[in-house]
Amino acid sequence: MSLSSIPADWIFGLAGGLVIGLSAAVLLLGNARILGASGILGSVVEGSEPDTTTERLWFLGALVGAPAIAVVIFGAPQTHVSGNLPLLVIAGLMVGLGTRLANGCTSGHGVCGMSRFSTRSIVSTLVYLAAGFAVMAVARHILGVL
Amino acid sequence: MRNLISAVSGGLFGLGLLISGMTDTAKVQGWLDLFGDWDPTLAFVLGGAILPMLLAWRIAPRRKVSVTGVAFPTMPRKVIDGRLLAGSALFGAGWALAGFCPGPALASITWGGLGGLTLLLAMIGGMIVSSLAGKRRLAAA
Repeated sequence: MSLSSIPADWIFGLAGGLVIGLSAAVLLLGNARILGASGILGSVVEGSEPDTTTERLWFLGALVGAPAIAVVIFGAPQTHVSGNLPLLVIAGLMVGLGTRLANGCTSGHGVCGMSRFSTRSIVSTLVYLAAGFAVMAVARHILGVL
Repeated sequence: MRNLISAVSGGLFGLGLLISGMTDTAKVQGWLDLFGDWDPTLAFVLGGAILPMLLAWRIAPRRKVSVTGVAFPTMPRKVIDGRLLAGSALFGAGWALAGFCPGPALASITWGGLGGLTLLLAMIGGMIVSSLAGKRRLAAA
């Protein structure tokens, strides 16, 4: 990354973040629902709360569809996703299991929970950040696998 | 109406993730790489996302119910248990290994290729494992 590209990334980050926050505010003030990606996907997968499955499917459909349309128009950005499929399977299992045990992920705990000063969400966010920092340090700088 | 609001919210969420660069695993892993070429972008994303929600949580109690007439969710009880801690740690570890959390994994599925699909299916698998384990616990209790 060149030095001149850094501020643009931060500005896009902030702008995208504001849109993410707006999306969560729409869901809260509109439907009295917490925007948690793991909760919305997980409850559909489990088939829990069947009364509201339809609206969750609308959410998930638009979550996939809107950026897909944007990508058709503007081109797809890099995802830099790993080519190591076994690693992705392990990581995916950990993310799926972990977010359901913790009842939330970056959106539910990090955005919606922290912004209402929920103790559980603040603790969860500190723990997943700490675990992420530690695993990255070990995997990239000690084991050299990332 | 509820479906429309959900779709608008989901669409904005996906676009926000795309604009913010969070569908790029290198940016997420760069944020977690404190001891390498650290990338602070995610802090701007999280900070930007929290701002509208700070406002929304202040508006909510004044309106009492949502636009669709539903009472707002109550604050969860302050229970910090092993489940919350272990789940969060497991999530953070997987997040670092793949560079994807659930939102961006879904948003980028149409252009994430085989890797993105593998990650998403494994994540759904992890959710099913959690659900089955929960049912077993209930049956044992």
